[in-house]
Amino acid sequence: MGKNNLVMDIKDFSFTYSGAEEPSLKKINLPVLENKITAMIGPSGCGKSTLLRAMNRIHDLYSGNKYEGLINLYKADGSKENILDLKKENDFIKLRQQVGMIFQKPTPFPMSIFDNVAYGLKLSGIKNRSELEGRVEKALQGAAIWKETKDRLKESALGLSGGQQQRLCIARAVALKPRVLLFDEPTSALDPISTGAIEELITELKEELSVVIVTHNMQQASRLSDYTAFMYLGDLAEYDKTDKIFLNPSKKLTEDYITGRFG
Amino acid sequence: MNRLILNKIILALSTLSAVIGIGFLFWILATLSYKGITSIHWSTFTNDLVAGGIRNLLVGQFTMALMASAVAVPLGMMAGIYLREYGHGSKLASVIRNLSDVMMSAPSIVIGVFVFALFVDPFGGYNGWAGIVALAIMMIPIIISTTDNMLSLVPTELREAGMALGGSKHKIIMQIVVKAAKVGITTGVLLSFARIIGETAPLLFTSANNQFFTMDLTEQFPSLTVSIYNLATYPDLESRELAWAASFILTVIVLCINLIGRYAIRNKK
Ligand SMILES: Nc1ncnc2c1ncn2[C@@H]1O[C@H](COP(=O)(O)OP(=O)(O)OP(=O)(O)O)[C@@H](O)[C@H]1O
Ligand SMILES: [Mg+2]
Repeated sequence: MGKNNLVMDIKDFSFTYSGAEEPSLKKINLPVLENKITAMIGPSGCGKSTLLRAMNRIHDLYSGNKYEGLINLYKADGSKENILDLKKENDFIKLRQQVGMIFQKPTPFPMSIFDNVAYGLKLSGIKNRSELEGRVEKALQGAAIWKETKDRLKESALGLSGGQQQRLCIARAVALKPRVLLFDEPTSALDPISTGAIEELITELKEELSVVIVTHNMQQASRLSDYTAFMYLGDLAEYDKTDKIFLNPSKKLTEDYITGRFG
Repeated sequence: MNRLILNKIILALSTLSAVIGIGFLFWILATLSYKGITSIHWSTFTNDLVAGGIRNLLVGQFTMALMASAVAVPLGMMAGIYLREYGHGSKLASVIRNLSDVMMSAPSIVIGVFVFALFVDPFGGYNGWAGIVALAIMMIPIIISTTDNMLSLVPTELREAGMALGGSKHKIIMQIVVKAAKVGITTGVLLSFARIIGETAPLLFTSANNQFFTMDLTEQFPSLTVSIYNLATYPDLESRELAWAASFILTVIVLCINLIGRYAIRNKK
């Protein structure tokens, strides 16, 4: 694991929203390394979410967006595929099973805790009850929420606290054994204690998968991530090891941003 | 200073208006309850209209309303789902939405005339099916609009989260989005049922009325509301008492359905 294997590779990627005149992302080049945490930082509106949402093509829920360039996804066997080539709903489904996503606000489904986690598994074709039970338990353990939920698996997920709901959403995504998990400001709606729990969880997750996390919290980015991408007005302004970005950035712009002079 | 006085005047005026409004409502309810309850006998429920009861009328009214719902609820829900989830921003969707809104405010007597021309005249007379069609036409736009509105309250993130887990669009809509809006939609269905169960105008010259018990929808069909309309105009005391009794029972039924609908919301939120 010492090697820096690529899991995703974004090359000359531009993105224009349907109806927009200007592209929101311009010629982005960003590697995503396996079993590492990559943080995306930058002022509001610079395109962090836009980039993240391109990486599992969730943009395609809405039609008319324009992609240019390529985003390669490397498979476990070393082969790669340009996810911008995908066209069919089935291919999107396969992509999203490999590249999961956690949103800013927790998004529990209106069903039981067990069914929330089992839902994605059932979608992926697992029907066997005991296999489902095993995978659900493992996922809940993996998301550090098993102890709190094991006696109330049949209860509605809507009764959990915000922080628990967010961990449930992580469990739900982890259950599918994705290669990459995308987090869009996963703790900005949570209290400090829940935030701590989620951060700890994300750090543990990188043993098994790769993480890309968008955050507005500089401490969070420096605490959690191995690599940091600083974005500015639709450009990738600087990308480097997190230590380097925070201690000795090569651009004045980056320094100004992380020291809070703007943004 | 002036603002404070103005405030008090407006408060006083609006309180007065509220009291007057509620006063009339209670007056109606009190009269209805008094006249209604004193006119109800055991035979009111066991006899058909020919024998001075409303048994066949209740059965007839519910039969038509339920069968209308069986058509209108699935149809209206599907249309509502189309408008909110698939037709987003399309021309066709906005045309349908506007038409549906117009239909919702169409006077019910007009719907009655329309159905008369289509399903009564060509078939040689009043019949139960025509009544069902008229009630369904009244109900569909209400269901469309509730479904549409309730789905619009479901956060976009929930749809995206479902898709991000590898769901196809139709599965996420049917299994998650509609489920999240279930309480609101159910309430809307109940309220629209309460609305059509008390309608007279769409039935007046479609299914008309029948004094006898029947389940044959090709005949004139017994209706509680049309009977109230008829009975109230008869000169004899017995008919008018029966009209009071029927009105009271109808009011209680509508009230109960409304309360159940409202209770369902409160229980979930
Ligand atoms: N659906 C959309 N249609 C058109 N333009 C959009 C859309 N969503 C975002 N944009 C634009 O794209 C740019 C990037 O937005 P994005 O949401 O990616 O920013 P962000 O870096 O995630 O900001 P924040 O930190 O506030 O979440 C912004 O200029 C925004 O106005
Ligand atoms: Mg964002």
